[in-house]
Amino acid sequence: MLLVLLATLVLINLYMLGSSRLGSLIRNVGLQAILISSIAILAIPDKHLWHFWVITGLSILIKGILLPKLMKYALRESNTRREVEPYVSYPVSILLGLFFLGACLWISYILPLESISIPPLTLGIALFTICVGIFLIVSRSKAITQTIGYLSMENGIYATSLILSFSQSFIVEMGVLLDIFVGVFVMGILVFHINREFEHIDIHLLSNLKD
Amino acid sequence: MIIPLLLLPFATGLLCLVPLKSLRHIMLVLAALANFFLVTTLYLNRENSLIGIWFGADALGFLFLFITAILFVIVTPPVLLYLKDHTDTGHPRLLTEPFFICFFLFFLGAMNTAILSQHTGLFWVAIEATTLTSAPLISYLITNRSLEATWKYLLICSVGIAIAFLGNIALTVSLPVVIPEGDHLLTYTYLTKHATSLNPFWLKIAFAFIFIGYGTKMGLAPMHTWLPDAHSEAPSPVSALLSAALLNCAFLGILRMLIILEKSGMGFYANGLLIAFGITSLFLAGGMILRAFNYKRLLAYSSIEHMGILALSVGAGAASRYGAFLHAINHSLAKCLLFLTAGMILSRQKTKSIKDVQGLLKSDPIIAFFWMAGALAIVGLPPFGTFVSELSIMSGLGQEHHWILLALLLFALALVFLGLFKAVIPMIYGEPTVLTNTKNKISALELTPLLLVLMLVVLGIHIPDQVQNLIVAAVNQMGDM
Amino acid sequence: MLNFLSLIPLILALFFAPLLSGIINKTKAWFAGKTGPNIFQKYKDLYKLMLKGSVYGENTSWLFKAGPIVNLAAVFLALFFLPQGGNVAFISVNGDLFFFIYLLGLGRFFTILAAFDTGSSFEQMGASREAFYSAMTEPVLLLGLSGLGFLSQSMSLSTLYMHVENIPSLANAISSLVFIFGAFFIVMLAENSRIPVDDPTTHLELTMIHEVMILDHSGIDLAFIEYASSLKLWLFGSLTIGLIFRLFFFSFWVQILLFLVGMALIASMIGIVESFFARFKLVKIPYLLITSFVLSALWIIWIIL
Repeated sequence: MLLVLLATLVLINLYMLGSSRLGSLIRNVGLQAILISSIAILAIPDKHLWHFWVITGLSILIKGILLPKLMKYALRESNTRREVEPYVSYPVSILLGLFFLGACLWISYILPLESISIPPLTLGIALFTICVGIFLIVSRSKAITQTIGYLSMENGIYATSLILSFSQSFIVEMGVLLDIFVGVFVMGILVFHINREFEHIDIHLLSNLKD
Repeated sequence: MIIPLLLLPFATGLLCLVPLKSLRHIMLVLAALANFFLVTTLYLNRENSLIGIWFGADALGFLFLFITAILFVIVTPPVLLYLKDHTDTGHPRLLTEPFFICFFLFFLGAMNTAILSQHTGLFWVAIEATTLTSAPLISYLITNRSLEATWKYLLICSVGIAIAFLGNIALTVSLPVVIPEGDHLLTYTYLTKHATSLNPFWLKIAFAFIFIGYGTKMGLAPMHTWLPDAHSEAPSPVSALLSAALLNCAFLGILRMLIILEKSGMGFYANGLLIAFGITSLFLAGGMILRAFNYKRLLAYSSIEHMGILALSVGAGAASRYGAFLHAINHSLAKCLLFLTAGMILSRQKTKSIKDVQGLLKSDPIIAFFWMAGALAIVGLPPFGTFVSELSIMSGLGQEHHWILLALLLFALALVFLGLFKAVIPMIYGEPTVLTNTKNKISALELTPLLLVLMLVVLGIHIPDQVQNLIVAAVNQMGDM
Repeated sequence: MLNFLSLIPLILALFFAPLLSGIINKTKAWFAGKTGPNIFQKYKDLYKLMLKGSVYGENTSWLFKAGPIVNLAAVFLALFFLPQGGNVAFISVNGDLFFFIYLLGLGRFFTILAAFDTGSSFEQMGASREAFYSAMTEPVLLLGLSGLGFLSQSMSLSTLYMHVENIPSLANAISSLVFIFGAFFIVMLAENSRIPVDDPTTHLELTMIHEVMILDHSGIDLAFIEYASSLKLWLFGSLTIGLIFRLFFFSFWVQILLFLVGMALIASMIGIVESFFARFKLVKIPYLLITSFVLSALWIIWIIL
């Protein structure tokens, strides 16, 4: 079951790399969060701690449902074309994604992880999610895609923290969730204002400030 | 005593959402003064205060708390003037005025939380909170440029801080044993005490990620790309706080990790990183200052340069760390002075371009005085404190026999000197571009930079004992083996 | 080495191959609410074509006559190496997997040459498209088969598709199977000119890929080509469905029966795909083939770990 979830996560990540539709990107980043929380529920051994369930539930709620809704709202209000223009073309993105997957899996297999009981495959896929997030930030041209990439990166980091240090404290986890929520909220408001000022949300046209 | 200090800014911030304007302004001033008062009381009782799991004020913390508190008090009157000037002008604003004050106070609260937090995870949350609370302040007046600056600031800093979180995770892996309810395991005191039992491989990974992450927030090259934009487009009092207080908080994160690494025997690795990035920042900033055409961007690049000096001097060894902390204080004071003056210039000349501002000595002598004092201070000339701090950094480098680093530092400082005065001198001397019959009135609220000049001069002539004790305590904490 | 018992599935293949396109057409018609052509229509078409004579253009050479013959011979020979339903093939040699793929390539090569031989620009356009797409599907096929080779430590097609005795984890095997099944399915659609890569029913010159290459053949040559394409569909179908047959093995006859049922199932799946999709825009077809490449690369990564 865990393997099925991991395989689906890999496929969703690759799909995000190759997708040009903003609506599907937003929905997939929410799906990523839900999948990662499900993987957490399945893979973490000590589940009797009450705050684990609170964090997982809030994670699914905020990152899987609320934030995608927020971003879709920002998207609708900004009246942009619902297509992402890439700087790196889609086939090259997907092939690069495969390369990242291989590299992340290789890294996770050579890391000295004697104390961790979860198989390295899961860690590799979590690192892959982070790579996908960073790649989306760098190679797509719309501001909202950078928010989506940031969320994907945070999903991957959350997965890595679950795998490598599953006894993270409650306050810190809540703080992280709060930060991510407020961060995406502020980014959404900014996208709205950028669209009003610039009539678009293309990054490469945000180049007034330079030396 | 710590809890009121933490809660005060947040509580006052929420209270400032009342619709009555004078009440808001009074509360802002009261909050700034109360903050300073609470920090002093905490310092005076420092032998009785405990360092707990989540919060605690150690020597490094007091140093930066004082800097933040003093600067916040000095910045508050210009903020009030700025808000007064920019209400009802019809220009689109991102936040209404109550929210601006509220976020401003939250920003102070987040910085205090970051400085006071003893837990690595909580520190992370607080630093991200500083990013989130200061981002709306930058684009208070909505223009193309300010929105672009805010977007870059928010995105780059958030990505950088997320990378620092990976470092936190690596730190957890490096622990020898993990207890399920072990929150105390990730405090700086525990990690420092048990530094030798941490896994060295994971500790190195942790430091690398944390350094890059918090280094982004601190403004080290090559992660500095957000800094010139954000610091130049923000309202000047906000820029002052960003440059003078926030960069220090990020630096604190790196410093605390440095203590742990040195204790566990990997000081060479950590110091090497600090020196490398410090030198890069120095030269990059020096180069860009030579080509400056916007005086606020000039000040932002100068911040990068001074952060480079701080990184270099801390990484160079124990002898130059006294100079580093003295320099942190002096740089914060001088940068705040400069940004507040820049705000005054901007509000009168309505342009940020260096070429378009001339003859300040004739048109606004007080502003010219502040501007010249600030320029002299930031470059490191007597009688200001930066002269003393840079000299002690250089002597520390000499003591540690880092001759090449010393030569590079001197060369970069020379570049900065050239670039800065190439920009500042035409602005002060010459004929004013805008002929004014009457001198523009300086309101009393704008005279707070005078306090900064006084403090800089005092620090340049004779460092008071209290300040000396603060710095020495901080150096001892870093070298506490 | 030769396994004479495998002649039985081979002869069955020769018989039943044209039935597959009938099943596909019937499935499409059922989804469209029509009756559709007879399920044995292909047999009747082949019979009709064999009675006619061929017409050769004046500007064609021996290549035009040789193309269909070599194509049919190559595909027919490839059948000898094909493991059907988990049984071993008639000939199984170490390394015959490459021979198999190159036989298919040889057949394709001669079809393309025959298309060029006519001198018609339409045929050449279709031939160039066909060459391009097959260049993209061959790595997928090779990757998938080498993954199987890694699992069974051999290079012979029969060993690759043979039943594995004790699989370490059934869940792992099934989840990885999804990747490779998807990859091979897309390759099958591409190589046999099915929707969404190519529409076998269109006869507008600008939209044909496979059909346009055989535009000028007639009579017995066309019969050879049609039969060869049915055999090729059978080949790829058994490569795809054979993946499932790696998981279990009953007796010889039960396997053959299950295999025939499986082939019919594959044919109806193709029919379903053809009913629900239209042919992709030509620029999107490389994306589809890259997707299949990604799936087979994921399969390799999955089984190595």
